[in-house]
Amino acid sequence: MSVETSLIRTLIAERFGGEIEELGFSHGVHAFASPPDMIIELCQFLKGHPALRFDFLSDICGVDHYPETLRYEAVYHLYSLPNKWRVRIKCRLGDPPRVPSVTGVWRTANWHEREAWDMYGIRFNGHPDLRRIYMWEGFEGFPQRKDFPLRGYKDTLNPFGAEGPPPTQPDLATRDIPQGERRER
Amino acid sequence: MTEVTELTRPEGEALQTKEVLLNLGPQHPSTHGVLRLVLELDGEYVARVDPHIGYLHRGTEKLAESFTYTQIFPLTDRLDYLCPPSNNLAFALAVEKLLGIEAPIRAQYIRVLMAELARISGHLLITGALPMDLGAMTALVYAMREREMIMDLLEMISGARMHTSFCRVGGVREDLPDGFFPKIREFCDIFPNRIRDYERLVENNRVFLKRTQGIGVISAEDGIDLGLSGPNLRASGVDWDIRRDEPYEIYDRLDFNVITRDEGDCYARWRCRVEEMRESVRIIEQCLDQMPEGPFQIDMPTIAFPVNKDKVHCSMEALIQHFDLSAYGFKVPKGEVYSAIEAPKGELGFYIISDGSQKPFRMKVRAPSFVNLQGLFGVGNARYLADMIAVLGSLDPVMAEVDK
Repeated sequence: MSVETSLIRTLIAERFGGEIEELGFSHGVHAFASPPDMIIELCQFLKGHPALRFDFLSDICGVDHYPETLRYEAVYHLYSLPNKWRVRIKCRLGDPPRVPSVTGVWRTANWHEREAWDMYGIRFNGHPDLRRIYMWEGFEGFPQRKDFPLRGYKDTLNPFGAEGPPPTQPDLATRDIPQGERRER
Repeated sequence: MTEVTELTRPEGEALQTKEVLLNLGPQHPSTHGVLRLVLELDGEYVARVDPHIGYLHRGTEKLAESFTYTQIFPLTDRLDYLCPPSNNLAFALAVEKLLGIEAPIRAQYIRVLMAELARISGHLLITGALPMDLGAMTALVYAMREREMIMDLLEMISGARMHTSFCRVGGVREDLPDGFFPKIREFCDIFPNRIRDYERLVENNRVFLKRTQGIGVISAEDGIDLGLSGPNLRASGVDWDIRRDEPYEIYDRLDFNVITRDEGDCYARWRCRVEEMRESVRIIEQCLDQMPEGPFQIDMPTIAFPVNKDKVHCSMEALIQHFDLSAYGFKVPKGEVYSAIEAPKGELGFYIISDGSQKPFRMKVRAPSFVNLQGLFGVGNARYLADMIAVLGSLDPVMAEVDK
């Protein structure tokens, strides 16, 4: 374990200097923290480096750390098929959360990012088709945020929902998406 | 004889064509659930496919944030409802890693045994359902007959046919019942011959072969790029099985082959699953041979329920322990874990962030079917509408897992 940890750490430090922070090794996964604007470069490096070859993107996960200042987080889990190593990249995001899309690196990122957008409202810049994936078009709010009630908000379809109007958030629903990123139907 | 008037096209005017949008589903038998595909048709060819999912979205991850760790087990059952024991196992392993404990060896054997039974039950459905989608009804009827045997075995162990919820953090709920071993030995004896029967039913069926061989080819590069896992990726020639490459539980003590095929077409994906059932039977037999005596639950009163339920009625400590665990659950140390297993559909991962309380701060399910469904984008663009059914069937998505 220690050999691969030091190898990954050294290679990343050589390439990125101090910008990628190391978070240690736990439960079989090496964790790193990356600033949002470095994420594509870091993923391409991890995927392309002949000694690392993290060619498989397992998962992209949105997290809401309400009420912290850097409230949101995008977590990437990478797997190296040749080496059998796992890496976690954590990327803290402010409000409104924006991070470049890695769909250019792995096509599988497409739906993972759509899910994170749908559930947490994380905007993946450069995503070819950032629509809601689970909730219906026209749904307002992001249901997995910590300040969204478990029962939902009360309306005609949901008589048992929580009282109070849906919160007014600047980046509510899909209105915010520039026309170019939205596929016409 | 009636006179036929020939319809003549006006001179110099080309035939008007336009692309047609077609809704496949959400109520369509070959989508195996509520999946809606919006297909853009260019004549008989599919020019573009746009899957719409979410009809079965129950918010498992959001719900999990308000449940204790023990209460989450029934939620995981309902992800891939064809093989609940695998889902239970994946979740239990993730929590155990966070707690830094391991289940007793006997419990691990029981869990693996159940997970492999579940794998057979999951693969049996696709073994029968893919031929049925393509017009060969018979195989499904026989596959369901054998699936019933597995249901009976699971019912013997846990009392439930489908949603077993049999795993617990630190072990399993109960020991194996009396009379279980002869029953499962009987199953292991019968089943390999039955697999041969399915093969014979379908193998020489020319319609089935024509509609699956060379259809919906996904290359290894595309498969990795699209995040496919499990039999879907192994059918494209990628030799990757988490059971062998990152062994969990007692898989490193077992001898089994990882089935791969090179073609990457619908037939290869079907074939891979059929072969995997044979390996699962081998694993089950080894589990039965090697199964040690011992406890089925970890001896930690803060985590596990009292082993002897009768004690609850006469011992104060056991009563408190039982009440405490039922009412409040147990605390899990702060930290995060990503733990993946080889579920029948592929890599099933649980990413859990714990804030030190009795409930997970965030639980993310890396559902294999959700990602595998993206394989629809990996099969070339121009193909017949009828081939879509074969491709969809061979990718074997379970919509409950796709929609979480």
